[in-house]
Amino acid sequence: MKLKVIVLLTAIFFFVTIAAAEEWAGADEKAEEVIGDIAPDYEPWFSPIFEPPSGEIESLLFSLQAAIGSLIIGYIIGYYRGTRYARNA
Amino acid sequence: MHIMEGFLPPFWAAVWYAFSLPIVGYGTYRAKKEIEKNPKNKSLLAVAAGFIFVLSALKIPSVTGSCSHPTGTGIAVVLFGPAITAFLSIIVLLYQALLLAHGGLTTLGANTASMGIVGPFVGWLIYRAIKGKTSIKVSTFVAAAVADWVTYVVTSIQLALAFPAGAGVAGVIASATKFLAVFSVTQIPLAIIEGIVAALLMGYLVQIRDDLSVEVAA
Repeated sequence: MKLKVIVLLTAIFFFVTIAAAEEWAGADEKAEEVIGDIAPDYEPWFSPIFEPPSGEIESLLFSLQAAIGSLIIGYIIGYYRGTRYARNA
Repeated sequence: MHIMEGFLPPFWAAVWYAFSLPIVGYGTYRAKKEIEKNPKNKSLLAVAAGFIFVLSALKIPSVTGSCSHPTGTGIAVVLFGPAITAFLSIIVLLYQALLLAHGGLTTLGANTASMGIVGPFVGWLIYRAIKGKTSIKVSTFVAAAVADWVTYVVTSIQLALAFPAGAGVAGVIASATKFLAVFSVTQIPLAIIEGIVAALLMGYLVQIRDDLSVEVAA
């Protein structure tokens, strides 16, 4: 069951990666282009207080976000498993 | 997918804040109640929040040749309903707005409305409708995929309201079509992936916490 899912996800991933070999920009950037078409005069009236100084640092912060999340999930699932095991022992 | 900093005119920024904040407040109150009711819920809340953290950090390439990310709100919706999902989502959105310049403080209200409130609410309605008629895995899959996809539909509508292509309702609809072309197609495969991952995690949670299946089904 798990193997099937992994194979399926990998297949989807490769399919989408090969299907369109253009730049992989974020969809939000494409939306920004659309705004530029509709309202060419619009100027953002507020800018981010802090912006990651480079793409690498942005990736670092994104991976940190994912790491925090997976750490919490892993810890608690392990805890549940442990309590269940202790109860049944 | 989050609307970027400064990209909503002040009027719309205020409107979406006014819409979102009371619901986030109510969600915070509900989260506190859930923990008081059963201290075990604290760890479940953390799992739901962790799932949003992980999934919304993944920028996944999609069929249209651009990248976007899932929302991860599916687990929270199934376990706790839409109000608490709003509370958990705003934490993640704040992280991304403050540290990643992804989304923003002026657009936080609008982004919470799409990712934390309207998307999860629609997912929750459908979950309520099919719950019990099918397995917990299938209903979680549907709830998560719908919550994810509707989030992007709402984002498109929010942008269209702020940037209508012409006068009146027709202008808004014309704009919405353009934004939907960017977001909705990209998001379909990602919504399906999110649904699968959420269903797997939910299936496992129910398996290792015998008491949970009763609560979720109630």
